[in-house]
Amino acid sequence: MTAAAQNQWMSERSAPLVPRGPLVWLRANLFSSPLNIALTVLSLAFLYLIVPPLLDWAVFDAAWRGSRIEDCPDREAACWVFVQARWPNLLYGSYPAPERWRIDLVFALGALGVALLMLPRVPRKGWIGAALLTAYPLLAFALLIGGVFGLRPVPTTEWGGLMLTVVAATWAIVTSIPLGLLLALGRRSPKRLTRWFCIGFIEFWRGVPLIAVLFLAVVMFPLFVPPGLEFDKLLRALVAFSLFNAAYMAEVFRGGLQSVPAGQYEAARAVGLGYFRMMAFVILPQAVRVSLPALVNTCIGIFKETTLILVIGLFDFLAAIQASMADPAWLAGEHVRTSGYVFAALGFWAFCYGMSRYSRYLERRI
Amino acid sequence: MRFHSVLTGAALAVAAVLPATGATLDDVRQRGVVHCGTAPNIPGYAFTDDKGERRGFDIDQCRAMAAAIFGDPTKIKLTPIGPRDAFASLATGGVDILTHRFTWTFNRDNGGGIEFVMPLFYDGQGFMVRKSLNVKSARELNGASVCMAQGTTTELNLADYFRSRNMRYSVVTFAEPDEARRAYDEGRCDAWSNDLGSLAARGLGLKNRADHVILPEAISKEPIGPVVRQGDSQWMHVARWTFAALIAAEELGVTQANVDEMKAKSENPEIKRLLGVGDDLGQKLGLKDDWAYQAIKAVGNYGEMFDRHLGPNTRLGLARGLNALWTNGGLLIAPPFR
Repeated sequence: MTAAAQNQWMSERSAPLVPRGPLVWLRANLFSSPLNIALTVLSLAFLYLIVPPLLDWAVFDAAWRGSRIEDCPDREAACWVFVQARWPNLLYGSYPAPERWRIDLVFALGALGVALLMLPRVPRKGWIGAALLTAYPLLAFALLIGGVFGLRPVPTTEWGGLMLTVVAATWAIVTSIPLGLLLALGRRSPKRLTRWFCIGFIEFWRGVPLIAVLFLAVVMFPLFVPPGLEFDKLLRALVAFSLFNAAYMAEVFRGGLQSVPAGQYEAARAVGLGYFRMMAFVILPQAVRVSLPALVNTCIGIFKETTLILVIGLFDFLAAIQASMADPAWLAGEHVRTSGYVFAALGFWAFCYGMSRYSRYLERRI
Repeated sequence: MRFHSVLTGAALAVAAVLPATGATLDDVRQRGVVHCGTAPNIPGYAFTDDKGERRGFDIDQCRAMAAAIFGDPTKIKLTPIGPRDAFASLATGGVDILTHRFTWTFNRDNGGGIEFVMPLFYDGQGFMVRKSLNVKSARELNGASVCMAQGTTTELNLADYFRSRNMRYSVVTFAEPDEARRAYDEGRCDAWSNDLGSLAARGLGLKNRADHVILPEAISKEPIGPVVRQGDSQWMHVARWTFAALIAAEELGVTQANVDEMKAKSENPEIKRLLGVGDDLGQKLGLKDDWAYQAIKAVGNYGEMFDRHLGPNTRLGLARGLNALWTNGGLLIAPPFR
């Protein structure tokens, strides 16, 4: 090919005709080959077998109104009455009823803050984010625990249900990310002492099962502190969650840091940036972006592992449902239990899917 | 699981070498609440009701303790603990007493840093079969297939029972008691085996409970009762005599409803001693004179407690059986209050 040929204009052509429409789509995607035709037919038959009975079970035959087991006569259908009757307990645990507005307020404020952060056109996101990470946790803590501003104290032993699950998961996620980042940086530090400490920390916490950590924090810990010195059980469990998950987060960030080419470090040094500026402006923005899918993976894992909090004797969302199933007033047939578990699954799915969607959104934006 | 049992062992070992933590009763008084470990969820024994309150036979035991000590059954703190962690939590001081469903056995009572107070519920392993099978006794189960949950003494009891009678059987085991029930319901086995109390409670989940029957035999003995830390006999006595008072109250006809009247008017010397009228039994326990009165006032006598959570008028519908008073052919007996 010569230089002259490249300089010539190509003649104008109309856009290639691409056939469109639902039929074309169907043909291209579902019936393009005998194998695909067979798979499509099989899938449709499978859906036909699964979906109508499922809808019957969950919607059309299900019991929606009432307050007692007698309102769920059909044992082959869902008993949503059970979930309705247990609703406050599933949401708030045994938090005293007159004080539940405090939980509502905390979560409403949190949701408002997160929503503001997610909307593209809101100004001063830096300030909102800073407030969410500093003032908000203090306010939330004060509201939930009480004992200040004339609020009645509510010990953590009365916390429970979805509220406890969300508090524990949020705490674990929000604390383990910065801790994990520090550990990841420390693990790559040229200073030997720092590096060894971080490696030791990460490998220890990753090597122990979480349930054993919780067990140690709750049962063994009191044996090693002077009698009379008491730490709140939930606090001990939350600290265990933080340290444990920080180790996982650290490895997530290490993966991201290692994906940044050495040339980026050298370039940053070459323009005269010190360690912190290099990290803040050059390395971390790239590393965090790469780490994001694994980060969200870990966050979803954290949300689900909060069910282990039953080990310290508190009823999280799932345990609250299970404790409700044991009420003799609701003992009849399998359908109550199945409905409870399906509802628990839906609840967890909603939160985890929400996190997953948010991460997809973030990945597109940064 | 194995790792967990190692940890539990370690916790018990550490607890054993530490100096005894002193008088539990004093600690409880200072704290202002009795701290009880209960099962997270067992129908009839420990569950959460529609209002979010913890209720059940095991919860009432805790309330009785609080009433005896403080005169107020609400001064309790309930910690749900799974069976794996319960003994370690008790031995290390996490809870003051386990009002749980633990069977009293030699190995549990010796060397674990814990001891059993007294049996408050006698259970035994039994069978449920379809009525259409026309079986009237466990002795007729030769050649039967039996569904059950694995990993407990249930399997061993079954093997002992069938082998000692030269009967053939086959076992289908499942990880969870409710799965065994479901498999039995679907026709995978001729019989379903579990503790009789569990058969009654979990049997309510059968598609059609009326088609099934629980056979009369119990093939094992399961004396179940509260557990306390070893080495604090004062606390042990507070627990033992509080529960004994509930049993004695049934024997003497003292109920939640009539306890005030009995206290004011009864001329029966044993009732007077029990309720602390003109006697100071309570003080010998380190409690107030009216400790038993308060406990009965709070939860009723043993029979009332049983009927409220497990008895014929509940959905569990358990008969008193072995849990009747000794005067009615059962095993429950309270030592004399004198």
